[in-house]
Amino acid sequence: MLIIQCPVCGAEGDETDFHCGGQAHIARPATSDPDNIADGEQRDYLFMRFNPKGLHFERWRCDRGCGKWFHAARDTVSLDFKAYYGITELPPADVMKQATGQWADFFKKATAGKPAVKEAAAKKIGAKATAARKTVPAKAKKS
Amino acid sequence: MKRYSIFSLARNALNYHKDWERAWRSPDPKEEYDVVIVGAGGHGLATAYYLAKNHGITNMAVIEKGWLGGGNTGRNTTIIRSNYLQDPSIAIYELARSLYETLSQELNYNMMFSPRGVLMLCQTEHELRAFRRTAHANRLAGLDCRMVDAAEVKRIVPIINDSPDARYPILGAYYQPRGGTGRHDALAWGYARAIDNMGVDVIQNCEVTGMLRSGGKITGVATKRGTIRAKKVAVVTSGHTSNIMEMAGVRMPVESVCLQALVSEPIKPVIDCVVMANTVHGYMSQSDKGELVIGGGADPYNNYSQRGSFPAIEHTVSALVETFPIISRLRMLRQWGGIVDMTGDRSPIISMTDVGGLYVNCGWGTGGWKSIPGSGFVFADTIANDRPHPIAAPFGLNRFTEGRFIDESVAAAVAH
Repeated sequence: MLIIQCPVCGAEGDETDFHCGGQAHIARPATSDPDNIADGEQRDYLFMRFNPKGLHFERWRCDRGCGKWFHAARDTVSLDFKAYYGITELPPADVMKQATGQWADFFKKATAGKPAVKEAAAKKIGAKATAARKTVPAKAKKS
Repeated sequence: MKRYSIFSLARNALNYHKDWERAWRSPDPKEEYDVVIVGAGGHGLATAYYLAKNHGITNMAVIEKGWLGGGNTGRNTTIIRSNYLQDPSIAIYELARSLYETLSQELNYNMMFSPRGVLMLCQTEHELRAFRRTAHANRLAGLDCRMVDAAEVKRIVPIINDSPDARYPILGAYYQPRGGTGRHDALAWGYARAIDNMGVDVIQNCEVTGMLRSGGKITGVATKRGTIRAKKVAVVTSGHTSNIMEMAGVRMPVESVCLQALVSEPIKPVIDCVVMANTVHGYMSQSDKGELVIGGGADPYNNYSQRGSFPAIEHTVSALVETFPIISRLRMLRQWGGIVDMTGDRSPIISMTDVGGLYVNCGWGTGGWKSIPGSGFVFADTIANDRPHPIAAPFGLNRFTEGRFIDESVAAAVAH
């Protein structure tokens, strides 16, 4: 059973208190350019999914707590959570570095030309819930 | 290959069963084959069988990371039915179900097909209406299925809770009398023995580590036991399809999740058909050993660990205790999980790919077992002729680009 901690309100619960929303960081092509979307792009957006055996990045919702969506990095073999981070954020730099395959390529593109994401921005496993409450809104303001 | 029969059994009994020949060889991989099939589960072995039998291709290897039939083929709840909603699904699942009827004789291997009937309960007005719609679709397709009322459900399954005061009362059921169960291990073993006899190499403990491509064409696979060149490669690896196909540079519209099952301690016969309860998420039958075989919904997040989480089991068991109060004090013997690959429309993918000579059969999600012979039959034809078999054609990868879905998420016995 997964034990999950919400980085927004700090609530900890098992997987029945949360809802997995599938792969994270999927951009909707129609949002940026609604007039020029190839069928393949729309297919990728709707159906193609990274399905790594290992580190994966997902959206989760704090169903029985604050109700907010957030991001999590989780290993699909050990089922361990590696980090929780805000819904508008990229993963902490050190977790992002561990990504392999399609995720590694994705983050290379996503961070190209941008300064490295500050590690302190996202909540790391083991940090106290109060810290999460402080760090996440602080980061949200900056970005 | 010596045929199995009552006489061979008697003959071997005289020697205290010490002289049975091995059911299949354990060959080393050759350098090159006409066809390499990745994955020796039911679908992979069935594909090899029909390639050899129907299309005369025997210079072929089925390679497997672990042991044959050790994945989802040996982990399912063995239910066989074909009463799906959409025409393409009915075609392939009914082909599979009808092949199951004669498979034991054909393979000379008893896979214990038992057409004991499958009852799909209607426990809400909406479910009743949805199954009536499926029933009409199935009648038009010529399937032998019918709606039965609550009184007949009680007659078929006397242990069911038919109280009108139940949280979800039994309003009726959708009944496929020709559906049933089979022995999943025996299917894998029967196919393996048959293809081995036709000269096909079944190579276990041979994990694929890479796909070899030259231009837009596949040329072989790299494995832990060396490189194997091949003119055609077919990937049939269920939960690990994304990983294998990524080696060939092909992205797949599937996600891997864990589906669990469990069995109770063995008891005397109490239920002689398969009962599926969609609304409350559970299904149950009784094995010949007397164990109640129980399954439910899939765990709701990506998972490669082959072990699921407790809430899913609790949810399934509590639903079945409500449906069958008699089982409330049974203890559960074993519980396990299998990694299934789910597509967006809950229908499988049987397809050619953009890479020449590379074929893929996956996405069976939570319903792969019932379809094994049909899936192998049409996939073999697709590989041999390098064009989709008419029954396989609607299940191509291009349906995701074209928006031509085969939506079975509402017709699944249990919503996943």
